[in-house]
Amino acid sequence: MEIHVVYYLIVSTIMLFAGIYGFFTRKNLLAVLISVELILNATNINFAVFNRYLFPDVFEGHFFALFGIGIAAAETAVAIAIIINIYRNIRNIQTDNIDEMKG
Amino acid sequence: MNILSFFVLIPLLMLLGLWLSRSLNQVRGVMVVGSSALLLLSIYLTIDYLGLRSAGATEEMLYTDSYMWYAPLHICYSIGVDGISVAMLLLSGIIVFTGTFASWKLKPLTKEYFLWFTLLSLGVFGFFISTDLFTMFMFYEVALIPMYLLIGVWGSGRKEYSAMKLTLMLMGASAFLLCGILGIYYGSGAQTMNVLEIAALHNIPLDLQRIFFPLTFLGFGVLGALFPFHTWSPDGHASAPTAVSMLHAGVLMKLGGYGCFRVAMYLMPEATQELGWIFLVLTTISVVYGAFSAVVQTDLKYINAYSSVSHCGLVLFALLMMTRTSCTGAILQMLSHGLMTALFFALIGMIYGRTHTRDIREMSGLMKIMPFLSVGYVIAGLANLGLPGLSGFIAEMTIFVGSFENADTFHRVCTIIACTSIVITAVYILRVVGKILFHTVKNPHHLELTDATWDERFAVICLIIAVAGLGMAPFWVSDMLHDSVNTILSAHLSILK
Amino acid sequence: MDYSYTILILLLPMLSFIVLGLAGMRMQHKVAGAIGTAVLGIVAVLSYATAYFYFGNGRSADGTYEKLMPYNFEWLPFTSNLHIDLGILLDPISVMMLIVISTVSLMVHIYSFGYMKGEKGFQRYYAFLSLFTFSMLGLVVATNIFQMYIFWELVGVSSYLLIGFYYTKPEAVAASKKAFIVTRFADLGFLIGILIYGYYAGTFTFEPETQMLIAAGGMMPWALGLMFVGGAGKSAMFPLHIWLPDAMEGPTPVSALIHAATMVVAGVYLVARMFPIFIAYAPEVLHWIAYLGVLTAFYAAAVACVQTDIKRVLAFSTISQIAFMVVALGVCIGADTHEGLGYMAGMFHLFTHAMFKALLFLGAGAIIHAVHSNEMSAMGGLRKYMPITHITFLIACLAIAGIPPFSGFFSKDEILAACFQFSPVVGWMMSIIAGMTAFYMFRLYYGIFWGKENKELHAHHTPHEAPLSMSFPLMFLAAVTCVSGFIPFGHFVSSNGQAYDIHLNAQVAITSVCIAIVAIVLATFMYMKEQQPVADKLAATFKTLHRAAYRRFYMDEIWMFVTKKIIFRCISTPLAWFDRHAVDQFFNFTAWSANASADEVRGMQSGKIQSYCIWFLIGALAFTVMLLLV
Repeated sequence: MEIHVVYYLIVSTIMLFAGIYGFFTRKNLLAVLISVELILNATNINFAVFNRYLFPDVFEGHFFALFGIGIAAAETAVAIAIIINIYRNIRNIQTDNIDEMKG
Repeated sequence: MNILSFFVLIPLLMLLGLWLSRSLNQVRGVMVVGSSALLLLSIYLTIDYLGLRSAGATEEMLYTDSYMWYAPLHICYSIGVDGISVAMLLLSGIIVFTGTFASWKLKPLTKEYFLWFTLLSLGVFGFFISTDLFTMFMFYEVALIPMYLLIGVWGSGRKEYSAMKLTLMLMGASAFLLCGILGIYYGSGAQTMNVLEIAALHNIPLDLQRIFFPLTFLGFGVLGALFPFHTWSPDGHASAPTAVSMLHAGVLMKLGGYGCFRVAMYLMPEATQELGWIFLVLTTISVVYGAFSAVVQTDLKYINAYSSVSHCGLVLFALLMMTRTSCTGAILQMLSHGLMTALFFALIGMIYGRTHTRDIREMSGLMKIMPFLSVGYVIAGLANLGLPGLSGFIAEMTIFVGSFENADTFHRVCTIIACTSIVITAVYILRVVGKILFHTVKNPHHLELTDATWDERFAVICLIIAVAGLGMAPFWVSDMLHDSVNTILSAHLSILK
Repeated sequence: MDYSYTILILLLPMLSFIVLGLAGMRMQHKVAGAIGTAVLGIVAVLSYATAYFYFGNGRSADGTYEKLMPYNFEWLPFTSNLHIDLGILLDPISVMMLIVISTVSLMVHIYSFGYMKGEKGFQRYYAFLSLFTFSMLGLVVATNIFQMYIFWELVGVSSYLLIGFYYTKPEAVAASKKAFIVTRFADLGFLIGILIYGYYAGTFTFEPETQMLIAAGGMMPWALGLMFVGGAGKSAMFPLHIWLPDAMEGPTPVSALIHAATMVVAGVYLVARMFPIFIAYAPEVLHWIAYLGVLTAFYAAAVACVQTDIKRVLAFSTISQIAFMVVALGVCIGADTHEGLGYMAGMFHLFTHAMFKALLFLGAGAIIHAVHSNEMSAMGGLRKYMPITHITFLIACLAIAGIPPFSGFFSKDEILAACFQFSPVVGWMMSIIAGMTAFYMFRLYYGIFWGKENKELHAHHTPHEAPLSMSFPLMFLAAVTCVSGFIPFGHFVSSNGQAYDIHLNAQVAITSVCIAIVAIVLATFMYMKEQQPVADKLAATFKTLHRAAYRRFYMDEIWMFVTKKIIFRCISTPLAWFDRHAVDQFFNFTAWSANASADEVRGMQSGKIQSYCIWFLIGALAFTVMLLLV
């Protein structure tokens, strides 16, 4: 039985908005990072799903999803490095305390 | 090389020399050599200019020269002088020279102080030799910025506030000015920024003139302490160190009058005829208002600053009267006011350096303690209230006789109102002289003070000689100015016909 | 005749001023004084020589003395026909003034040797005297109205410096300031008058072209009237006289020179200078000047009757006498010698008055020197101690009272004759004022030399006769006062330059002498005795009037009100407040509002990534919506 495309999209939409919500509201940088991962993965799902349903004879969507996963991994590595550095400097990773760029 | 370029080159070399100098004596050496060179150069220029004119040179400007600087906008480094600029250069030369001696013992950061001081003079000299609108504007800005630091760092009292106020107001004015200059450039449709060429074309449309004349006039007028944009002047002068007050009141405020005449009125004669009356009213107010405000001040520098508002108001007033005599008088007044205000501020600085107060209520009987400075102060005061034989008289009389040539009621009334300032001037000058110099010494600490040292005496004597020289033999200056004023006014006079 | 040496008359005092001013402090007192006096001696000789040659050379063909200009150079050009020239003009009145000024000034220089002996600032004093002499001489020989104005101002400054000579005394400082500012205020009128005159007459010289004057029409009276305002300031006409009594704070010889004999007659001289134009184009102004003169003469005479400071009495008598000259000029009704009798009379009185008033002041100086006080209460009975001063003072009093054969009689008689010719009312009023003059002068005379002696004070410090340097000028001026009435003045100076024989108007002469004698007898009756019951009783009866006159009818209070209350409180203080709190606050407000709005905007830059993101999201959505809608 074929699962309808809409169900996939519902999942990815939920993931996307959960990510956005988390990004804006979580105060812990790691949680923010997780939220970003959620957003990225939501798009990855979309890429894969649309490729599978709309253009089954090409693979660009799948490739792009794989790229996304790779880049997300790299980005997570960089982000965690930054977060660790921030932690070393100010001994916590709450976003409220990171306002050095304030005008 | 053109003789005028030395006026820029010498300050540049002085900057280099100051930068390289390692000790206080070297700094002083550089300043003395440089400022005397500038003074001698300006004297030489005056003599040479008079020689050339009497030999029959009839061009509007002499020693003209031009180098292309930025072709797409037709910006040139073009220079040239006529009688008015020669007079202004001479004035600047004298004041920079005496200012050097007036800040002889200045501390701390002497080297840095003189660096900015020289940069300021560079701007002033550059402004007076330029005939290109853009370079004129550029030198104007060069003269403005050091002022901020000089007041903010080496000043006294509420120096940060005053420095900021002065800079912001003058910068605001120069924004107007920039608009005005660009308006002139595009309005004339000429492929040049040169004042002389724009004037020769004489084709700025009237509706553009109506917009850009007020902008340009206001831009320069703020520097000339035009009411109600004069309030930077009392605070600025009060906070500035001695030599900076001298240079500021003596020369920098003249940039305003000079610019109004050379740029606003020269290039846009029709609008001047049409809108001049608005500014005439403002300047008349300046003249009387400054004088009356000075009457009740208790700080020596404030008195002088308001007196400057009144006297510089008279400069703009006379320019707007637009007769040959009154405009000649305006230039004479710039010279005269420059010299005597510099003298005044120098003396105030020296007195302040001893008594550590500028409040006239806390001083008395200084004539007994420091006779030299006091006599100098009386002479400066008498020059200020227009004693014949000193410079103030000839300037004021030329202005009043010239203004009276306008036979209509409006101009007559303005003239008579402006005339009353000579009485008020006497009131505030004699009030101060009576309060601080005469009577007996009330503060016993003042009895231990000493009279002027050699460097101070030298500066004061130079200025007194200049004031008296101009006052006793005005004929040569007035001859020198007359033709140049005529050229600038010719467009106005042809409109009137 | 070559008059080029006359330039020395001006240059020498100026040089002396410069030398004494710059190097005086290093000189001994005697050297400085000697330089000043020697220079003045030379100037006096040169002036006499000039007068001798000028009047001796005879008249030109039309019966007048020629106007000569040995020097005249363009000092400051304004336009092609308006320029300030500096030069020397010799004509009868300027030559006459040269004599007056150099004589009185020389006498004062000699006198000051004794009077100022040992004073601190002796050299400065002589320097200022030279400056004053220079300026005054420059004023009278002026070739044009602007040169006159220049020296007019210089005279004002030298007067300021000399009044404030004792600069540690608050009264002297205040008096000098007042003198300068009041005259300066009057000079504003003078300046505007000159401007109008220059514009309409097309020249600053004293002889403009006739058609220009006719074309000027109604403006000439304005020009001349305003010029007279300047003259009224210097010549202390009511209500601008307030500075003169205070000016007595200066050293007494200075009062003699400046505030009695020379500077204060500058206004009279100005009117005389402009007389041809006055009489031709503004006779009505001239008559108004006469009425003002009558008022001033009366006012000053009334005040002089009750003052107790002897210099104040003399000051008010000066005001009154100058008013006589002004009246004399004002009552002229035409330019010829008969109708313009007042012109001659005024100038004659100027001449004689300068001599006897200088004498009075110098005498007063000798008295003050002897008793160390200005108040009459410190005097009385001095005739025993100071015989020379007594006799010379008496001569001067008789002269000013108009008793023949002293000089004042002759000149005053001419003035009264001119007044009667103009209008009997003015004539009678002036006769009465002349009587008042005699009365207050003899009140002064008796108060000083007779009356009740202040024994207590005199025992403490016996008054002594003045040294020779002081008594010589007194004797010299007394001699001049005795003989100068017989000078055939009309031969030298008259309204149109023609010779005029002075003949006494018997009716006027007898009346005026009678009035004077009655006044003197009255004064003798009231003030000669030690006890003065009549005078005391009168003062008690008219208490308010006496008090008002003593306080000079409150003119000084009015002046203080105008300066302190009106200028200072009502104009300047509010203006300064306005400047600080309105104009300045406006710019401060501009700066503040820029600052405040920047502060608001700055809140958005919280530094918090998440808030930036929200803004970003909102912006992106807004853009999307906009794109969708467009």
